[in-house]
Amino acid sequence: MTHPFRTRLKRDVAGYAFIAPWLIGFVLLTAGPMAVSVYLSGTSWTMLSPPVPVGLANYETILVEDELFVTSLQNTLYYVAFSVPLCLVTSLILAIMLHQRLRGISVFRTIFFLPSITNMVAVSMLWLWVFNPEFGLLNALLELVGIEGPLWLQSETWAKPSLIIMSLWGVGGTMIVFLAALQGIPQELYEAADLDGAGRFRRLIHITLPMISPAMLFNLIIGVIGSFQVFTQAFVMTGTAQPGSEGGPNNATLFVVLYLYKKAFQEFRMGYASALAWILFFLILAVTLVQMRLSKRWVHYEAGER
Amino acid sequence: MARGSSWQTMTVATSRYVVAYGVLILLSGVFLLPLLWMLSVSVQDVEGVFAQPFRWIPEQPRWENFREAVTMFPFGRYLANTTIITFSVVLLTLLSSSLVAYGFSRMRFRGRNLLFALCLSTMMLPGQVTMIPLYVAFARLGWVDTWYPLIVPALFGSPFYIFLLRQFFLTIPREYDEAAVLDGAGKLRIYWSIILHLARPALATVALFSFVGTWNDFFGPLIYINTPEKATLTLGLQMLKSQIVGTGTVQWHILMAASLLVMLPNVVVFFLAQKHFVKGLQMGGLRG
Repeated sequence: MTHPFRTRLKRDVAGYAFIAPWLIGFVLLTAGPMAVSVYLSGTSWTMLSPPVPVGLANYETILVEDELFVTSLQNTLYYVAFSVPLCLVTSLILAIMLHQRLRGISVFRTIFFLPSITNMVAVSMLWLWVFNPEFGLLNALLELVGIEGPLWLQSETWAKPSLIIMSLWGVGGTMIVFLAALQGIPQELYEAADLDGAGRFRRLIHITLPMISPAMLFNLIIGVIGSFQVFTQAFVMTGTAQPGSEGGPNNATLFVVLYLYKKAFQEFRMGYASALAWILFFLILAVTLVQMRLSKRWVHYEAGER
Repeated sequence: MARGSSWQTMTVATSRYVVAYGVLILLSGVFLLPLLWMLSVSVQDVEGVFAQPFRWIPEQPRWENFREAVTMFPFGRYLANTTIITFSVVLLTLLSSSLVAYGFSRMRFRGRNLLFALCLSTMMLPGQVTMIPLYVAFARLGWVDTWYPLIVPALFGSPFYIFLLRQFFLTIPREYDEAAVLDGAGKLRIYWSIILHLARPALATVALFSFVGTWNDFFGPLIYINTPEKATLTLGLQMLKSQIVGTGTVQWHILMAASLLVMLPNVVVFFLAQKHFVKGLQMGGLRG
């Protein structure tokens, strides 16, 4: 009787020993901090004196009174709404271009992929200068075709589009996922379509797009989550040299995470910032769940796959 | 007749090639242009930067800009700092994530599937939620303005890498383990000398992702590091920019030279290990 029990216990102990690093990390770095964050979001705290419980006041202030939060939310939604679809379309076109049997195709793949793994801070410096109204590359090119370019990052209207244009330069990772999906489509499907006399466009609509729809969903969800958390570009590229001026001009690039950063690490209002973090979390969660829900209508899973 | 049709198919094929290459070259141009321009600006003198019209190839390329860039901010120091931090993180991540992945793929214990699902679900949690309590905790430990907050979390593995490695470990035939057991090897021994050995491609992918993620990390150094001497390349570059913008004399050629230097290690690593990047992304994308 004791024998099977003891071997089972031994097995459990050995198993837990192997996963112990993650388990301890989960408690110390995830679950614990989450609990503390819930607590802090119900307090007023600047790290100098003990936290003062305020109930739901932080959430109420953020959602009802805080105009800057509303601005940051609008900015973020604007960025997500334009950057994500544009990036998806661009990366899909690039992937389709790369999915051809051509000599030297890997050179092109390298060129499209490279920007996405370079350093965001350095990339931001580059684009900061590209967008310079007087001496930047973009307006110089526009001048060639007779267009007087806008002030880009210095313009309230064009600051967000600037960052969206820049985000298109970093679609390499998304593109590779699409490319892998394209390469996974069985060739027979196209051959069958050829026999039916389907043209290129119809093959794209009826075979390619349905077949890569799981990759599309993956890229969409990852893209939305990532775009909701846009921070570095806005922090590095906007505002003047003074700390606190990031997110300009006139808060046109104040995104939610940038606002959260300012509250937490410039004003040290840790309770308020924690509440902001939870609001962001539920926002991302809600959008992701809606996407999963809607995906049932357009994502095709091959029967028998996994 | 036969000659005519083959000639026709040839022209159709050729024109398709021409179009395909034409579009690809055009798109590549769009992607490369900012980088080429950056390179050009980085070897201009001050007048060259602001010249109208801009001269892409200066008469006298100023390669000294790079030397000036590394003296305007302690580039060597930042490079060393970033290297130490990154290599520690990569090493710890490989070790901890593979141990956990081994546990989840090769050991049978109660609650395993539940815990693995929990592990995966933590991938969805945005970092902002835990960021503030972690900052407060590290501050209590006296770790602010040290590298500990940047390195120590790697001790505990990372869900995404655990997932990738577990998937790979599952593809390794159990016969290897069984043969080792017959030779008297224990679990640790199997993990160390068989699984890790056979999983080198997956480990390389994880090492790469971890390398790029840590090397490029900006948020971590930004909130934890205050002393300039302890900064990483990304934080250092940002400080250089503030300094340059703050003085009013915007030395863009120097800033571009510095940015190029900061980008360089990524590019080198990329070219050394392109295959692993692509494979890893595909693994994550298709099975995630």
